[in-house]
Amino acid sequence: MDLNQLKIKSLEYRKTILDIIYKSGAGHTGGSLSCIDILNVLYNRVLDINPKNFNEKDRNHYIHSKGHSVEALYTVLCDQGFFSRKDLEKLNHFNSHFIGHPTRKILGIEHNTGALGHGLSVAVGLALSKKIDQKTNKVFSLLGDGELSEGSVWEACTTASKYHLDNLIVIIDRNDLQITGKTEEVNPIEPIDKKFEAFGFESISTNGNNISELLNVFKEIPIQKNKPTVIIAKTTKGSGVSFIENQINWHHKVPSEDEYRRAISELNEKLNSYE
Amino acid sequence: MNKIGKPNLEIFSETLISEAKKNKDIIVVTSDSRGSGKLVPFGKELPDQIIEVGIAEQNLVGVSSGLATGGKIVFGVSPASFLTARSLEQIKNDVAYSDRNVSLIGISAGISYGQLGSTHHSIHDFATLRAINNMTIVAPADNFEASQAIKQSISYNHPLYIRYGKKPMMDIHPPGTEFKIGKSIVVKKGEDLTIVATGETLQRAYLASEILKESNIHCSIISMHTIKPFDKKTFIEFSKNSKVILTVEEHSIFGGLGECCASLIAQNNINVKLKILGIPDEYMINGSQADVLDHYNMSPEKIAEISKDLLNK
Repeated sequence: MDLNQLKIKSLEYRKTILDIIYKSGAGHTGGSLSCIDILNVLYNRVLDINPKNFNEKDRNHYIHSKGHSVEALYTVLCDQGFFSRKDLEKLNHFNSHFIGHPTRKILGIEHNTGALGHGLSVAVGLALSKKIDQKTNKVFSLLGDGELSEGSVWEACTTASKYHLDNLIVIIDRNDLQITGKTEEVNPIEPIDKKFEAFGFESISTNGNNISELLNVFKEIPIQKNKPTVIIAKTTKGSGVSFIENQINWHHKVPSEDEYRRAISELNEKLNSYE
Repeated sequence: MNKIGKPNLEIFSETLISEAKKNKDIIVVTSDSRGSGKLVPFGKELPDQIIEVGIAEQNLVGVSSGLATGGKIVFGVSPASFLTARSLEQIKNDVAYSDRNVSLIGISAGISYGQLGSTHHSIHDFATLRAINNMTIVAPADNFEASQAIKQSISYNHPLYIRYGKKPMMDIHPPGTEFKIGKSIVVKKGEDLTIVATGETLQRAYLASEILKESNIHCSIISMHTIKPFDKKTFIEFSKNSKVILTVEEHSIFGGLGECCASLIAQNNINVKLKILGIPDEYMINGSQADVLDHYNMSPEKIAEISKDLLNK
């Protein structure tokens, strides 16, 4: 898939995210839109995880630690053929496994997440299992920036560093906002790069809403042999829809009918410019 | 007289080393706990099968879950107190909800740490873990149960919590006894009352039954080594045929063995007298495990005396 096709995917994915949140009446709009380009590049160019190899042991793995942004993950997994769009329409229905956080009941989802600060330890354990088995597979995990206040994240970092897990790639969705407000006002977490470096990681920063920059970054991993990598992906919460971007109230706001139509229309205009 | 065996923790370690030598997929995760978990020999003999995360119990559980996701048979070993309180959310989400093949080993469980005090006691673990879906809870009583629990855990393939104490335990079960997770063991049958005990208090219940025998009172003794899933069938059968049920546990009187039995008696309309022995809801007295259990009416003599009172004898 070339750069242009990936850019089109990102716009289509955004439409799906808004569509499923609008129709189901719930979802984490802002965070799903901020991380969608990262998931796009991961699933279409980096991970090589698909419905055919998902039940195989020797493959790469992805742990969606910021579980609340599940609508982005569902959207990408649906596009990869893990389930149909009709299945996804059951989001938040009674007795549906498509709920507001990822579970293993859905093919393509590796681990049940939702409580923050859990995913990295699990990713570390998975990466360790690959090292024990002398496999070269990589383990990727996406964390939110607000999530970095969880102490368990840093416990996990110490083990990643101790065991030289250069097969572990941590991505931070650095959109600067959390439910209460700006991360640096709620509980300052900067300097993120220096913190991870102090914990034994190699860090690299990129624009997490820029497909070509993301492609370049993933070409470089692991940045250094014997060290875990952290990619600090600078993103915009609500990225891609003008009136949703950088608005705290869009953390888990559901678009009204009017907002939904305006958002889709904005995205369609951008799509038209590619065609 | 029954022979005094080894501490159950030692049996856990010996059994695990022997099993791990046969199966390279067995991985142990410790949180600076290999000494107290009697796993120093494991670390020396099988250094490639042990992961040390330092004093970080939440990470221990998460890493254990990740290793299991990668196909390993994982034993996460940490003091029961920290493992089941500090890491409770990791147990709930990363092991139980995610249905991972992780055996969590709570070492020095109950009040094994004695004078180290309440920070180190786990009198809450049955209660907290019983309320978590998809968790199995096992408290082995003697060396036989301790060893069998580990052997069966390897192929159990579901979230499991096993708690171990560190004092030498009396051998209760004769050779040929069958152990199965989820199925209690009827140690002896008697028509006067039934004592249900779990873990290390079984020894005390057993000794109480010997005292009662001298007064011509005959007890049934049930080793309820698995707290969840609970062996309802055996318990209900004995409840229906007993005048008195006495439960004994090294745990809070809330949310453990006793309350589980009370719930079954009430919901099955069984007309039987019930007494729950355990740690009451108070600022706990300090002392050795033995002294504290004695203090809270769980000495063999006191259990016998309470039994007689309940039978009006």
